[in-house]
Amino acid sequence: MKAATPARRALTAGAAACVIALATPAMAAPPAPDADGFVADRAFEKHLAEQLLDAKPGDVISVPAGKWKLSRGLSLTASGVTIRGAGRDKTVLSFAGMVAGPVGLQVTGDRFTLADLTVQDTKGDGVKINGTKGVTIRGVRVLWTSPDNTTHGAYGLYPVGCTDVLIEDSEVSGSSDAGIYVGQSDNIIVRRNHAMQNVAGIEIENSTHADVYENVATGNTGGILVFNMPNLPKPGGFTRIHGNVSQANNTPNFGAKGTAVSIVPAGTGMIVLANDDVEIFDNVIKDNNTVGIAIASDYSTNYKIEAGSPGAHDPFPERVLIANNTISGIGAAPDNALFPAAQLILGAGQSMNLVWDGFARSEGGDNGICVATGPDKLVRLDAAHPGQLSLIASRDCSAFPRQKAVVIP
Amino acid sequence: MPTRLRLVLWSILSLLLGFALLGRAAGESGPAPGAFPAKLSGWGLIHREGAMLKARAGSVTYDLATPLFSDYALKWRVLFLPKGAKVAYDPDRTFDLPVGTVIAKTFYYPLAPAAQSGGDTVLKARPADYQTGTSGLRLGRVRLMETRLLVRRDAGWVALPYVWDEDQRDATLERVGDTIALTLVDGAERTPFTYVVPGTNDCAACHAPDYTKGAINRIEPIGLKARHLNRSFPGAFGEENQLARLAKLGYLTGLPEARTIPANVDWRDSAVPLDARARSYLDINCSHCHSPVGAARTTGLWFDQGHEHGADWTSPTRIGICKQIVAGGHGGGGRPFDVAPGEPDRSILLYRVGSSEPGTMMPEIGRSLVHAEGLALLTNWITRMDGRCRLASETP
Repeated sequence: MKAATPARRALTAGAAACVIALATPAMAAPPAPDADGFVADRAFEKHLAEQLLDAKPGDVISVPAGKWKLSRGLSLTASGVTIRGAGRDKTVLSFAGMVAGPVGLQVTGDRFTLADLTVQDTKGDGVKINGTKGVTIRGVRVLWTSPDNTTHGAYGLYPVGCTDVLIEDSEVSGSSDAGIYVGQSDNIIVRRNHAMQNVAGIEIENSTHADVYENVATGNTGGILVFNMPNLPKPGGFTRIHGNVSQANNTPNFGAKGTAVSIVPAGTGMIVLANDDVEIFDNVIKDNNTVGIAIASDYSTNYKIEAGSPGAHDPFPERVLIANNTISGIGAAPDNALFPAAQLILGAGQSMNLVWDGFARSEGGDNGICVATGPDKLVRLDAAHPGQLSLIASRDCSAFPRQKAVVIP
Repeated sequence: MPTRLRLVLWSILSLLLGFALLGRAAGESGPAPGAFPAKLSGWGLIHREGAMLKARAGSVTYDLATPLFSDYALKWRVLFLPKGAKVAYDPDRTFDLPVGTVIAKTFYYPLAPAAQSGGDTVLKARPADYQTGTSGLRLGRVRLMETRLLVRRDAGWVALPYVWDEDQRDATLERVGDTIALTLVDGAERTPFTYVVPGTNDCAACHAPDYTKGAINRIEPIGLKARHLNRSFPGAFGEENQLARLAKLGYLTGLPEARTIPANVDWRDSAVPLDARARSYLDINCSHCHSPVGAARTTGLWFDQGHEHGADWTSPTRIGICKQIVAGGHGGGGRPFDVAPGEPDRSILLYRVGSSEPGTMMPEIGRSLVHAEGLALLTNWITRMDGRCRLASETP
């Protein structure tokens, strides 16, 4: 016998119940669900953890339908494993009562697939995949349910340092940083997802070769972000954002003070921060109360730039293509605190659809930013003369070096 | 059939069967159910002998210059090397211990005065409660929690957590870990907490050192490095440097001159410089992830004291000085820098080391309590550090 902690006593009682169940034709009553319908079933949790522990390449681990309350984060190290629920409305894993984690599901195995289930209320990130090759996330939901959104975990779906990442047909809401966050990864597709009520809906950070398309980002602070942050081992670039809807992302910023996303103004459709070789085309960007697409350098953040040192971070966004987007209903109630230039731009009678902070690598240069022929002009703030701005007219961008669509092998 | 022939046939059969079983065990990538003894005693390495817990003869008891903090548990570390094992000295990496090596780390607490054997009320250890354990562990007023085994097999290291049974006679393999409710007593203060036994997969969270070469989940011991072992400790040949002892026992080869061997210091030793104490503390508590190749390589914050993947102490940003938060959600606590010299209240490092909330606390796993003394050391280190950090908005 083990120590008679309450949990142990419960386990022992459970085991006794099983024995009785075997002796009688009736099934043992499962543990009673809580007020939200969740069941804390130690035997289920142990079995699931063991399945992950014993998984071998090619295994498909099916998580049955049910609302399960787990006490600790899950981890998978084996490669070539699929974890599949019975559907994200049917298989729900709640980590609201977790005593260890802090991540809901942590994966370090290559060629991993997660599908058709919900992960909710983790103390830290929802699903984190670190340093692997081959990530597929399909039909998954991650959410936080507490009304106090500042207590929510940072990232919903969080591959970092990965290669060949596919996130599709999934849904993330409530994260206090980015709902779908791909960090320091390469060769990425994020498509047909729905990101709602996060600080950042979808964020591609310090990653290369990302294709982000046909997603819907709504109700976030900022819809879709392409960031390049200093002091990280891998710089990003080569991102295509196309065919997305970024709508009514007007939730006040509830990100933790000091984090990268805490500078995102409420009412932002998209931001390109210090990232190079970015194409934004065929998107619908509407009803965002501050700005449609913002192009910013590190100088508009609170990050201190250590220019000049070898291998130093590049603070400028360069070679950004903006083409054929439908932008409407922008700037109705700008977040003046986080976007102080709003009054200047609106006061000058200009549109907030496209705004560049104006910091150029070379004096008078345009950083290779090209707004293709269409109704929108790019408002360029004057970095050297605060309070002034100029307009960059749309033009023929056919010479802009285009990237190929990302293919996941 | 003559009895003799039958015997020979049986021997061949059992030999074949034995080889088949061995082959199966060695070819596995991870521990499968039934592949390991369900009870710790099944290993024949550690056993109860009256009021003592004894390790098999020929083993080596050791300790580290500075250990990882684990909720104030005391740890008894024993190294079981195969007979005739030769281990090459390495100044930097974990020693390449041969197949067949087992490392056992037993976690225990002194029991509170009124508590029964196996009870859930334990004491925050005083120096007098610590046992070197060189002739075994005295169990009189002790609550045994778990014994973690690291086993070197052909395919690599395997981590196995054994949780001590309530009667404290033996421990049971709990491959997915366990949680045990305890109360820690420190004078008049009683702190209930959850003691978390890591599962085999959780072990990789600290013991998988390199995420950059493909074999992410290849685990290895942490403490069996020159700099952690390079200290004096009782045992064979009396009070002796642990590396010298291993060399004298014939296990460790190529040991260079003592003065050239890297050494971490005892984090509690006020006679050594504060900086060395803090670095040794950060090394053992953080650098298994926070190194240029570890799980937290992507943070750009590195504390490894080794040479190969060593923290670059000449680059202040890499050890967090004036480094602004990039990710981490609420882990920043609203503080602007990882380490802000002279400004402990503006240093995220202290916020996270000082938290016990999953998602905020660092290290991410392995504890439920705050290490008040470790936090005090790091606070002192930062308070007395030269220089100042300013945000872009604070620059005149």
